[in-house]
Amino acid sequence: MKGEINVLSKHHQLGLTDDQVIAMYEKMLEARLIDERLWLLNRAGKLPFVVSCQGQEGAQIGAAFAMDPTIDYAAPYYRDLGTILAFGQTPKDIMLHMYARAEDPNSGGRQMPGHYGSKKHHLMSISSPVSTQIPHAVGMALAAKMRKETFVTYVSFGEGSSNQGDFHEGCNFAGVHKLPVIFFCENNQYAISVPLAKQVACEHIADRALGYGFPGVVVDGNDVLEVYRVTKEAVDRARRGDGPTLIEALTYRLTPHSSDDDDRAYRSKEEVDEAKAKDAMIVFKDYLVKQGLLDESKEKTIRDRLMQAINEATDYAQTAQDPPPESTLDYVYAN
Amino acid sequence: MAVKLFIDAIRDALFHAMREDEQVFVLGEDVGVRGGVFRVTQGLIEEFGEQRVMDTPLAESGIVGVAIGAAAMGFKPVAEIQFVDFILPAVNQIISEAAKMRYRSNNDWTCPLVIRAPFGGGVHGALYHSQSLEALFYHVPGLKIVIPSTAADAKGLLLAAIRDPDPVLFFEHKGMYRLIRDEVPDGEHIVPIGKATLRKTGDDITVITYGLMVHYALEVATKLEQEGIHAHILDLRTIAPLDREAIIEAARHTGKVLIVHEDNKTGGVGAEIAAMIAEEALFDLDAPIMRLAGPDVPAMPYNAGMEKFYMLNPQKIEDAMRNLARF
Repeated sequence: MKGEINVLSKHHQLGLTDDQVIAMYEKMLEARLIDERLWLLNRAGKLPFVVSCQGQEGAQIGAAFAMDPTIDYAAPYYRDLGTILAFGQTPKDIMLHMYARAEDPNSGGRQMPGHYGSKKHHLMSISSPVSTQIPHAVGMALAAKMRKETFVTYVSFGEGSSNQGDFHEGCNFAGVHKLPVIFFCENNQYAISVPLAKQVACEHIADRALGYGFPGVVVDGNDVLEVYRVTKEAVDRARRGDGPTLIEALTYRLTPHSSDDDDRAYRSKEEVDEAKAKDAMIVFKDYLVKQGLLDESKEKTIRDRLMQAINEATDYAQTAQDPPPESTLDYVYAN
Repeated sequence: MAVKLFIDAIRDALFHAMREDEQVFVLGEDVGVRGGVFRVTQGLIEEFGEQRVMDTPLAESGIVGVAIGAAAMGFKPVAEIQFVDFILPAVNQIISEAAKMRYRSNNDWTCPLVIRAPFGGGVHGALYHSQSLEALFYHVPGLKIVIPSTAADAKGLLLAAIRDPDPVLFFEHKGMYRLIRDEVPDGEHIVPIGKATLRKTGDDITVITYGLMVHYALEVATKLEQEGIHAHILDLRTIAPLDREAIIEAARHTGKVLIVHEDNKTGGVGAEIAAMIAEEALFDLDAPIMRLAGPDVPAMPYNAGMEKFYMLNPQKIEDAMRNLARF
């Protein structure tokens, strides 16, 4: 069966080629491997801080592949390493960012890890106060509508952020003006230590879309192709001028909130283990193996190639130039 | 050149900017069909349509946040906050986002945004329609703050603000909208941000002020001239960045400085100006630096007598100017 087209396979039904689904898996794996490297570097005392994407790669990549990064824009959040890579940043870009070097394309070493953003990759600059990016994405979508351009803007955030006023204000504005924006909630079940049940009283974050006059969709964030499907529908809808969609991808944060957190204080090992068994990395790999598109040898080839790039990126970033300390004074204003 | 009201000069600037640059658009509560609660944006929607003169939901953080997103994509949004008192829900967007966008992205993403807001008291506006909030923002690098005192400056500074590549807060004293009128150049007219101007020269005392208080100070100066007291009056026009050179020069000119603002005294703009003068011109002074400002109470009460007590007026300024002259 290997290499033959199975007309019944889900990815073909969605219009994805074999190469595309392998590329999706590679991007997920790249994000995961970089993230694992960051934890090693943190525990080795080389990086003061890590904030992780682990457990959310499937949702991120499923969504990102439904867009066209050459025309579309993303206003992601700090866990979106997968999104950042899918929009074109490289392991080298990420490592330069983590080491806060002068060449960091995200901020030239100014921002803490996970605070991405680069115009050439169509990635809006991220800050730490959560949900502020949501009205920004709405403004970017407004720009598309005003210029009669077809790009869509994707904005992602955790379920914790969906309680902020900016979520409501952004969604409402986009609903009123039917703007081409995709609100993508990566519901990883925790706002640091606070579980979903203590965050919201509704069953689903997506239920909130009803109040804004556009569709809300819940999707299993570990089902990469299903995430792709619902996001593609949202993208098509936005491009048609039919307005926004709120997507809630059910995921799980497999790591503590950050390298400074200890999640054993608020959740059980059993719960985390159970989530690990449903990890999109495993589920999607199984799918590709069953489709005859991936085997251990091919996986190893991909992994080795990614690891080589990550090793080179780490080595490069470790010895790259810092920004001059006095450049602290630069770029407060244009002049 | 024609004599125009302060409010008409602001509207002139908006018409001019929107005609010459399609990237300029106005958004805010009631700015469209209603033309703004003060009528600043009256007539814009008829010429430019509801997309470029956008009535927004009542949500200030959303207004500013959406404007930041549009600005990031190359638009030049002019957001109106109906009263400066209601800018507070948008403070996170202004301080965490707009002010830091260029800096945090290492000069990659920018925020060429103007936020207009009426401020100031004396109009029976009570606690939440009378405040002066410039001091909250002047502490924040990355923002520019403009407060014009004449119709000509209102036009010239607003055009400069719209063309500025960074976020500018443009605060308009609401008591001046239909009180102040002066000659406003037609067409293109730019007044540079960051430059103060001398409204009157004199050798006895220096008054440093901005907004409506410029007019009160000038009124008093004319009166005191009859008595041989000659005041040197500096209109700041821009609060951030302050025109350090003009402030020091004006302080040195007479050696006696009175700083006047309607905003309350503690931590006000006057404190920074006083510190600046103390740092750079202490030995040129012939009197302690004086400040005349609103009282340190949370906001302006509604009751007429209490409002009058709070507000600065020509009489209070006259007393302060005389005291300084006598020193």
